[in-house]
Formats: sequence, structure tokens, C-alpha cells
Amino acid sequence: MSEDFSRPVAGHVPVLRLGDVLLVTLQGDLHDSMAFQLQQDLSETIARSRVTGVVIDISGVEIVDSFLGRVLAEIAAQTELLAARTVVAGMRPAVAITLVELGLTLPGVRTALTTEAALELLAQPVVLGHPGGVREERP
Amino acid sequence: MHTGAGVEARLPIRSDMDLVWVRQHVRQAAAKLGFGLVDQTKLVTAASELARNALVHGGGGMMEASHVTAEGTDGLRLTFSDSGPGIPDLDRALSDGYTSGGGLGMGLGGARRLVHEFAVDSAPGSGTTVRVTSWVSRPSRLREDV
Amino acid sequence: MPQHETGGTPGTPAHTVRDFLLRRSEQIAQRWADEPLFRSVFTVSREEAVEAGKAVVEALAQVADSQRVEDPDAAGFTGVREQLARMGAARSRAGLSTTQVASELAALRPPVENLLIADLEEETPERQRECATALNVLMGTLRLVAMQTALSEGQELIDRQRLQLLEVATPVIKLWDGIVAVPLIGTLDSARSQVVMETLLNAVVDQHARFAILDITGVPTVDSLVAQHLMKTVAAARLMGAECVVSGIRPAIAQTIVHLGLDLGTVKTRASLADALGYCLHELGANIVNAAPAGAGRR
Repeated sequence: MSEDFSRPVAGHVPVLRLGDVLLVTLQGDLHDSMAFQLQQDLSETIARSRVTGVVIDISGVEIVDSFLGRVLAEIAAQTELLAARTVVAGMRPAVAITLVELGLTLPGVRTALTTEAALELLAQPVVLGHPGGVREERP
Repeated sequence: MHTGAGVEARLPIRSDMDLVWVRQHVRQAAAKLGFGLVDQTKLVTAASELARNALVHGGGGMMEASHVTAEGTDGLRLTFSDSGPGIPDLDRALSDGYTSGGGLGMGLGGARRLVHEFAVDSAPGSGTTVRVTSWVSRPSRLREDV
Repeated sequence: MPQHETGGTPGTPAHTVRDFLLRRSEQIAQRWADEPLFRSVFTVSREEAVEAGKAVVEALAQVADSQRVEDPDAAGFTGVREQLARMGAARSRAGLSTTQVASELAALRPPVENLLIADLEEETPERQRECATALNVLMGTLRLVAMQTALSEGQELIDRQRLQLLEVATPVIKLWDGIVAVPLIGTLDSARSQVVMETLLNAVVDQHARFAILDITGVPTVDSLVAQHLMKTVAAARLMGAECVVSGIRPAIAQTIVHLGLDLGTVKTRASLADALGYCLHELGANIVNAAPAGAGRR
């Protein structure tokens, strides 16, 4: 659970490119400024290099508060505008329960159980209702 | 009837770096008292919301954490205080969707749903103090039968 | 110190009781060791029971010394509180009702009283009565303290059992690769819904389940609180990348939901667990076909 106590890391979150997809792995406790930086970095990278999807792996994140939730929602909306799709992968049960209790259900964000599932989802052509637990809800 | 065991930690809230310390401190304190993973996460998230409120709206402030007990149950009490402009309309601030400084407007109302007890004291010009308490949900003195 | 009457006066009745208790602690403990309460709790040896009895007598003497015979919070009880709790709890675990435990405690009084009366034979009748009253009050307070602690022990037992029940009552069943189900039986209150939600979501992670079915066939009623919990579970599952289907909504419950004007919103529902499984399999890309042509295989 907290064997490796998340230490704050400063600077940029590394963004990995896998073919047409950008892979971001968030870990531990994120500074607000780092989350902001990530949001900027992503939109610049997407605009520069025609990627079709972004996967944000948050399986190593212990809490998502309304600030980080908003950043995730904005990244999803932003990439949508740039004709790409964002999938948030690996949210922990405790984090999901807390977000729902907080009132944040992130309706515009695609989700997947794992990074692999997210990559699978992005490999599918853009149609609604892909089989599997990956759904986009319309408010 | 609550008996406070005194304030155990006092953390400043002056920068977003301090928010990280607040979250880590609350996480550790809650784990030590025996909070389950979900309850830990809820309390840490509430602390993060309230600390950010104090930073963004109150121009900085501090958090005090103390261990409390009532009827044999352990709890963690967190008090966030700032000397900012205060909240002019509390009812409105507690309702969802209200926000005055960016964000999704989940700050106060959202934090309230994540804790067991919630009290806010604020008036225009005199700063804001928010006090939240959560209790360990298991009976605290679970003993194995011998 | 509340010790005003010193010198020639014989001291307050409480002090006489204190002196008596200290003087006779061995005999009292010996007699108590034969009472059911001590005999059945301290089964290893009689000495053990006598020692425990002496500890209680000493505590009573301390309380008498502080002149607070009617105060269950008197400092003197602190040392024996846990022992009394253990004794009370042991008796309730043995199946005794609260009343039975109370009468076993009451049975501790007569042996002490008899000893006291024998000791005070020389005193005036008035003095005897005063001291007996003080002792009576003190023994009543002891009973109160023991019951208090026994009751809180009982509450703990109930809490512990409730917790165990919660865990037992929520099995997660793997129906297929990537599909888990939780059949809910009985009333859903807030605490139980919380456990259900956590259990289901943890199973989603452990089993890599893209689908989770919440079957409410065994839930007698769905009110707005239950509906809210169902919707929260569905929302949390979606955040994790899984889809949650609610099945087993009986006609009566469907009616209630409509009557109450509850909006299950985006929650996917199916009439039966079988329907829900069929839906999930279909979504996973599997097709269910009958092996035999329709109508065959049955005569």
C-alpha cells in the first residue's frame, strides 16, 4: 500500500511516445505545478507530432483531488480538440470511490483498467461503444 | 464526548509544495491510527481540498492535526485556518458548483462529503477556519478471544 | 483530603468499612472464590480466584478510603476495571443474559455483609446500620461498574460480529474471464453498501474484470438511498475502466423506482443475472448459440 512512500518530485513528468500514442505514467504525489506543466507539454506535443491518442496511467497515484481531476478532464477535452483521444488507465478503487463521493465522475474522460487495455481501445477505429469496459458517457 | 490529546502537528500552507506535505502527513497519521485504505484516501483528499482552499482563497494559512478519541474510537481531527478575506455566503460556498477561484467548485461541499464531521467558521474580513474529523470505522479495540 | 473527622471519633462509616475490608480481605476473597462468578471465570486454580478477589477487595477499600462509595468513576476502581470487564465478558460469552450476570454480581454482597456484621457486634446498633449501609452502597457501585464494562464489551462483540457478517455476506463470483458478479441478499444499509462497493471494485482489479454485475434479486426494497449507492458504484467502476450492470430488478422494485421518481440515469440494468451475463458476453465479443436446433433435444 504505502511501502514506498510517495516523495514529491519536481520538474517534468516524462512523456513517452509509442507509435501514434503518447504514454504518461503518473506516480506518487504530484505538485500542482507539475500537473499544469504536463497539461501544457501534452498539448504542444500533440500539436507538433500528429499522435492519435494519449494514455495516462494513474495506477501509481494514491489520491486524485478536484484539482488533479480537473487537469485530467481538461487534458481529455484538449486532446479531443486536437483530434486525438485520451484514456485514463488504472485508477485505484479507493481513488475512484473518493472521486465519486467528491462529486467528480469525469463524464468526458475515457477510462481503462490497464495501460494495455487503453492501448487496445485506442487501436480501435473511432466508433462508439467499443466492447469492453471502456465507455464514454455523454452528460 | 470527545477528548483531544492535544495538537500533534502544525503544518504551514504557503505553497503548492506544502500541499504535498499536508497530504503526506495526513496519510501517515491516518494509517497509524488504523484507518482503512478507502477512509485514508477520503481524508487525505479532503485535506488536500481544504489546504488548497486556504492557499488559494486565504492567501495561505496552516493545518493542525490532532488525535481524538470518543467512546473508545480513534479519530483524526484536522483544522485549517487562514486569515484571508473570509467567506461572505457560507451556504452558497457549501453548495456544489460554487467556486470563486477556478476549479470545479467541489472544494468545501466535496470535502464535507468525505469526512464524518465538518464545521466551518468564517466571516468577511476575519479569515476562515474549517475543522473536520473522521473516525476509524472499525471498533478500535478488537481483541482476539483467548 | 476529605479526612476531617480524626482524633477521638471513630471515623466515618466509610472508613470503618475500609478498615474492615483491609482486615478481612483474605476471608472475603476466599468466600468469593466459591461464588459462581469467580469459580466459573478462574478455572485454572482456586488461588487464582482468591488473588483476583483480593484485588477487587483492595479496590473497594481504596474507594471507601476516598469517601466516594456511591461514585462509579472513583479512582479506586481503575485498577480492577479491566478485570471486571473480563469476568463479565466471560460470563456473557458463556451464554448468560445481562440479568443473570447482574444477579451473579449481586451474590457477592451477602458473604461480605455477614462478615461485617459479625465484626461489628460490639458497636451500637446505629453504628452497625450506618456501616452496613455504606457497604451496601459500595457493593451496589461495584455492580454498576462491572455491568458498565460488561456492556461495553458486549457492544464490541456485536460490532465485531457485524463486521464479520458484512464480509461474509458479500461473495464475489467470477462468471467468466473478465466478468465478476456480486449477488446481494438482504437489506442494504449505508455500511453494507460501502463494503459491497469496495469488494466489487477490488475484485475488478484482482480479476481484470471489464464487467461487474450487481445482482439485486435478493434485495427486498430499493429506496432512494440504495439507488444512490448503486449509482455511485457504477460511477466508480466506470472511472476504473469497468462497466457495471445491475440485474435482478423485480417488477415490484421496478414499480417502486418509478413511483419514487428515482432516476437510475446511466446505470445499465437487466432483468435477470442471466440476461446481464448475456449482455456482458456479447460486449466481450462472444456469441451464445444453441448447440441443438430449436425444438430438438426435448421430448
